[in-house]
Amino acid sequence: MSVLVYIDTLNGSVAKNAMEAVNYGSKIGSTTVVTNGSISEGDLAALGNVGAAKVLVNRAVSTNDASQITNIVAAAADSCGATTIVFSQDLTGRAVAPRLSAKLKAGLASGAIALPSADGSVKVNVFSGKAFGNVSFNSDKKIISLTPNSIQIEETGGSAVVEEFNADAGSASLTVKDVQKQEGDVLLPEAELVVSAGRGLKGPENWGMVEELAKTLGAATACSRPVADIGWRPHHEHVGQTGVAIRPNLYIAAGISGAIQHLAGVNGSKVIVVINTDPEAPFFKAADYGIVGDAFEVLPKLKEEIEKLKAQN
Amino acid sequence: MKFLVCISKAPDTTSKIEFTDGDTKFNEAGVQYIVNPYDEWYALVRALELKESLGGSVTTITVGEVGDESIIRKALAIGADNAVRVNAQANDAYFTAFQIAEYAKANGFDIVFTGKETINYNGSQVGGMVAEMLNQPFVSLASKLELNGAAATINREMTGGVEVVEVNTPFVVSSAKGMAEQRIPNMRGIMAARTKPLEVIEPAACEDLTSFATYSLPEAKSACKYVEADNIAELVNLLHTEAKVI
Repeated sequence: MSVLVYIDTLNGSVAKNAMEAVNYGSKIGSTTVVTNGSISEGDLAALGNVGAAKVLVNRAVSTNDASQITNIVAAAADSCGATTIVFSQDLTGRAVAPRLSAKLKAGLASGAIALPSADGSVKVNVFSGKAFGNVSFNSDKKIISLTPNSIQIEETGGSAVVEEFNADAGSASLTVKDVQKQEGDVLLPEAELVVSAGRGLKGPENWGMVEELAKTLGAATACSRPVADIGWRPHHEHVGQTGVAIRPNLYIAAGISGAIQHLAGVNGSKVIVVINTDPEAPFFKAADYGIVGDAFEVLPKLKEEIEKLKAQN
Repeated sequence: MKFLVCISKAPDTTSKIEFTDGDTKFNEAGVQYIVNPYDEWYALVRALELKESLGGSVTTITVGEVGDESIIRKALAIGADNAVRVNAQANDAYFTAFQIAEYAKANGFDIVFTGKETINYNGSQVGGMVAEMLNQPFVSLASKLELNGAAATINREMTGGVEVVEVNTPFVVSSAKGMAEQRIPNMRGIMAARTKPLEVIEPAACEDLTSFATYSLPEAKSACKYVEADNIAELVNLLHTEAKVI
């Protein structure tokens, strides 16, 4: 079976969630990757190591224009005869996959967390992480959009053939005026480790210890909704039902009570550590590890202990 | 300016999620439905703000059965001028998008607003599909939208930051946090909503591309393991050797 995987490489590198999508595709069938922009040929050839046989790159379109990318992916699917098309459910995947679904009349399973089962159905996240659904397709062509950080990448040691792909993308539907890069080293939506804090920290001036712990771990920082709403932290750090939904390997929450709206954004996390002075905080019910204690004392100690662990290894 | 806002129902966040009929159906018993928060707080309210400053009208469209009319009245109470209900069960995003696109084609709108996703299916599908069906630009995950004549300036979430894009009407936009602030309907709005037009139309012929065969629930979490606050070394040890996440 021929599989096509679209990945977003517009910031000049191949993100981990993009590699996951390629690796996922390669477990379904012979995988061609399509991307656009100015990424280096070497980075693309390296996708062979996660299962790509061939990579098609369109150099002409270097903006994130959903209609142009849709046209490129549709042409690539046609040229390699793909019956399954895979995206990562990242910000670009969310824009392009539905357009492509309508264009090709191909069913779309978004938020997949596992490979298709024997009957072809795909398990996806529904009810904001509180349940799973098995999506079955009524169309010949299928589109699957993979939830980041839901599969383990298996390296194959191969190298992919890279080809320029000059399909007609049509005219641009929008113009990019400005790009405001997020601060911080680790981006929250794709972070494997996240340190988050809430109103229990009492004020924005106390976030130093959250940032220091995150830095020691190589983690992203996050916050609860009230903290973003009162302006202590930027909105893009807000995790929860109306903010970002994340599923890191480790989520450390300090001074967050764990309202159901907050849990909706983090309950896909593999391991949750809750630090709270209130032993009755509802978050402990969703936690794997709990510390009833003061974040002001626990966070610096946690940083210290992690430094010790890192020094040993 | 004519604005169309896509409104979906969603179970209240505190609802217990259970399934019946051999795990093929969501158990609606005792479930309170609300307007999907992204549709209400961000899409609808921003459309209303634009109408208030520039003039025009705000129409809502919902693909759903008669039971959805309570959430449609809520959207009217918040300030929409009129509402359309496509009389069908919304089981598939493509089917839903097709109905919305057919109505939008026949009636012509400057901007079609959707929420970023629904909180029950989390698919983020309908907006992009409607845009493709209308052959219009699609701006996803907008956190700010300003309109100057036919030119819109939109901030949207991008991997690693925010991108400011310019796009001309007509277009489709999906709305995320930041677009607007939640509005609570007042008594006057609630009274007025009772008599605002709610047109019911029959669906256009369209096949579902997908269906949910079955549902399942995550395995119950084992109880929280407590570590003493003065023994953080033990926590780090557990995270390293037991959970293997650091």
